[in-house]
Amino acid sequence: MGYVPTIGLEVHVQLNTKSKLFSTASCGFGGEPNSQTTAVCLGLPGALPVLNKEAVRKAVKAALALSGTINPKSRFDRKNYFYPDLPKGYQISQYFEPFCTGAKIEIDTPNGRKVIGISRIHLEEDAGKLLHSENPAIAESYVDFNRAGTPLIEIVSKPEMDSPDEAVAYLTKLKSIMEYIEVSDCDMEKGSLRVDANVSLRREGEVRLGTRVEIKNLNSFKALKAAIEYEIERQREILESGGSVVQETRLFNPTLGKTIGMRTKEEAHDYRYFPDPDLVPLILSEEEIESWRQELPELAEQKKERFIKEFSLPEYDAQVLTAQKAVADYFEAVVKAGAPAKKASNWVMVEMLALTQKGHLSVWDLFPPEYLAQLIQEIEKGNISGKIGKTVFELMVTEKKNPREIIQERNLAQISDTEYIGKIIDEVLLENPSAVADFKSGKERALKHLQGEIMKKSKGRVNPVLTNEILLKKLQG
Amino acid sequence: MLSFWSQKLKKKETSPEEILDEYLTKIKKFDEKIGAFIEVEEEDARNWAKEAKKRWEKGQNLSDYDGIPIGIKDNIVTQGRKVSCASKILEGYISPFSATVIERLQALGFNTMGRLNMDEFAMGSSTENSAYKITRNPHDLSRSPGGSSGGSAAAVAAGFVPAALGSDTGGSIRQPASFCGIYGLKPTYGTVSRYGLVAFASSLDQIGPLTLTASDARLLYECIKGHDPRDSTTIPASKYRVVQKPIEELRIGYSEELLDGCQSEVKKSFEELTRILRKEVIKSGDLFPIHLPHQKYGIAVYYITATSEASANLARFDGIRYGYRYPSNNLLELYEKSRTIGFGTEVKRRILLGTFALSSGYYDAYYAQAQKVRRLIRQDYLNAFQEVDLILLPTSPTVAFLLGEKTHDPVQMYLSDIFTVGASLAGIPALSIPGPTQGLPIGMQLQGPYFSENLLLDLAQKLETAYGAKMAKLG
Repeated sequence: MGYVPTIGLEVHVQLNTKSKLFSTASCGFGGEPNSQTTAVCLGLPGALPVLNKEAVRKAVKAALALSGTINPKSRFDRKNYFYPDLPKGYQISQYFEPFCTGAKIEIDTPNGRKVIGISRIHLEEDAGKLLHSENPAIAESYVDFNRAGTPLIEIVSKPEMDSPDEAVAYLTKLKSIMEYIEVSDCDMEKGSLRVDANVSLRREGEVRLGTRVEIKNLNSFKALKAAIEYEIERQREILESGGSVVQETRLFNPTLGKTIGMRTKEEAHDYRYFPDPDLVPLILSEEEIESWRQELPELAEQKKERFIKEFSLPEYDAQVLTAQKAVADYFEAVVKAGAPAKKASNWVMVEMLALTQKGHLSVWDLFPPEYLAQLIQEIEKGNISGKIGKTVFELMVTEKKNPREIIQERNLAQISDTEYIGKIIDEVLLENPSAVADFKSGKERALKHLQGEIMKKSKGRVNPVLTNEILLKKLQG
Repeated sequence: MLSFWSQKLKKKETSPEEILDEYLTKIKKFDEKIGAFIEVEEEDARNWAKEAKKRWEKGQNLSDYDGIPIGIKDNIVTQGRKVSCASKILEGYISPFSATVIERLQALGFNTMGRLNMDEFAMGSSTENSAYKITRNPHDLSRSPGGSSGGSAAAVAAGFVPAALGSDTGGSIRQPASFCGIYGLKPTYGTVSRYGLVAFASSLDQIGPLTLTASDARLLYECIKGHDPRDSTTIPASKYRVVQKPIEELRIGYSEELLDGCQSEVKKSFEELTRILRKEVIKSGDLFPIHLPHQKYGIAVYYITATSEASANLARFDGIRYGYRYPSNNLLELYEKSRTIGFGTEVKRRILLGTFALSSGYYDAYYAQAQKVRRLIRQDYLNAFQEVDLILLPTSPTVAFLLGEKTHDPVQMYLSDIFTVGASLAGIPALSIPGPTQGLPIGMQLQGPYFSENLLLDLAQKLETAYGAKMAKLG
């Protein structure tokens, strides 16, 4: 009899607010250690937290984008544990009454659409960071509290994913939505998107879920997938050999590709949650929630439908273009600057995405959308050929100049001057008497050779249609 | 005293420097015996007085009280000054910011001139739990001044300062005011900012004045109260209400059952006060017994709530960022030893109690249950204030006890808070005033509905001519 895996994800999303969740200190990334702190983030005696309304706005928008139910009243609780990166000895979180209960994400699976439930979303503050001496001879550790107090939302899915691929699809969709509504930069490397996975196995046909294992330290999509795959196999082996899975927290080691036991249920912390008496309940009015709902931009799904309708794009194009908001916005800007939609789509999808994916860049980093629109227009007008167009594109990337400037500087414009073309043709005909003779004796292939020679001589710049006309006229005349 | 000095300053009969000198002389002469101060910040105080004097001379005094000294309980922080909470764990710590109350007092020119002794982290009822020193009751040096604001009460009663700030979590302003024969006001929860008060139990802590007169208490309260954007639990100005009534018409309630456990002299004092009230003060009002059915759970609810909150509030004292650190290369040992050595016995006892009350499997039975009963206690008060304007009861069941008398029996010590914890749990204002006595001071307590501080003080002022505060005779 087989076993079926069940997966749930707990995702932490760092909100991109200017200041921290409970203090006025800046949330900027990469400042000198401890330069972005106040008495509140350092947990100094007498300091008190004051809720940042901007963080609430972003958190609520995130929940609304996930079709979440916003609770008109929620509270903050203290989660107690000792660690040097936790200045107050407790983290302010929402345990008993989170601001959102019930949300969802739809994912595409080989068997069609699937809705993954989200049981809760809550607001909490981040901890600081420990830095350890790089010299093993010096046993010193340091704490940087710049990150301490940065607002996070924790999005807890229901255990409703059945495979590592579904988990990856869920996280991809979640990341896309957060990026779309611009509440987080969702950079897994910088830790602004973090994920823990809960994995359990149950016998096929059994309704009750098996004992779950929580996996931490999943720093990339690759790690998420590998860790879940490994964990499913590990649990399957235990169960198949008649053992039972221990409820525990395991760490994923990406180098070994394995999960390693960290602490069992018995060793788990007792966080002693209780309502934080320094903070009053968070009350959200319907008007407030509604006004934040109005601020939500069009999401990927809606945008895709609109692209198909408004720009008559194939579904595939619309899908690729809308996967990232930055790309979709770029595409629209190119169209707005006067390029035909399908042409714009081809250039963005094929040429630009190839470059950005290779270099971890945004399309916006390459050159402004107006440049691409100009390039497409030059090709459309016949000022340059499609082939020259690619050369110009590459030069636009490296030289950051607009295409017209590049075409002019390098003399790349297509030549439609019949006199000039005629002169080049005459020269080629003179230089290739045998090909001319071949053509006249009915060998069609000779024409191709002559065309090639003309292109070579003109460095590919003569208008191919015009050239053909004149060539035929001269040969037949 | 505050208006006394203010008048003199206005009439140019004295200067801030002369006033400070007078108090410093007394402190130097007698505080060795009393032990009210952890530190007199003499240099800062003299500089402040000098500046205040110049301001008066130029007619640019910050207020009518510019340059008048005030003592500060050592759990309220001032920028650039030490703060110890009478604990070894804050050894060497200097605050980089000032409490809101300090900013407000200093903006009016008050000279916050010294740090007053207290029970460590305000945990105690005798000021014997200080890591630094014992404070003695100026009325009888063998006795405790009460606690935890014992340094504040003793300093005021000894005449070391005209007035002081204390903090009250379950009676820590009122009980020492009672033992030392002065006025002590615990304001409505949320009227005075806690920003810069080192937290003991955040849902109960309130800063308040300890003074020699009712009008001083009123004045200091007016100076420090008000909404503070840095403390989310302060009440916005729009929600304040005015509670007023002519004194003669007051309806006053008291609880007979609570009186049963009192010392006979306390009972006598109470009876004498009710006689005077009936006969001379509330001529057209009334005085009658009321029932507060859940009062008897007050001590249990208070000690579960306060210790639970304290167990989290004191977690920040971990030896990592400031204060005392036990030098160790092992993190766990650093934590354990820093806190074992840094905290005193009573503080550790309460952290353990609170940690237990919040732990998994006990939370519902202790913390959650205590919060339910806390709501009932509050409701009792709200019901009572439908019938009466205020409630009269003793501040403490005993007069000042002897030093050492209760230190070995913490439960006995906890029980002495029986009359004060109710107002703390309900968040209502309560004022301890000097009651009728032949011997040691005995405090009587007035409790009223939210925002009724002025009404409590009106009555206190009315009674002041008969039973005012007594400054202790020293040497």
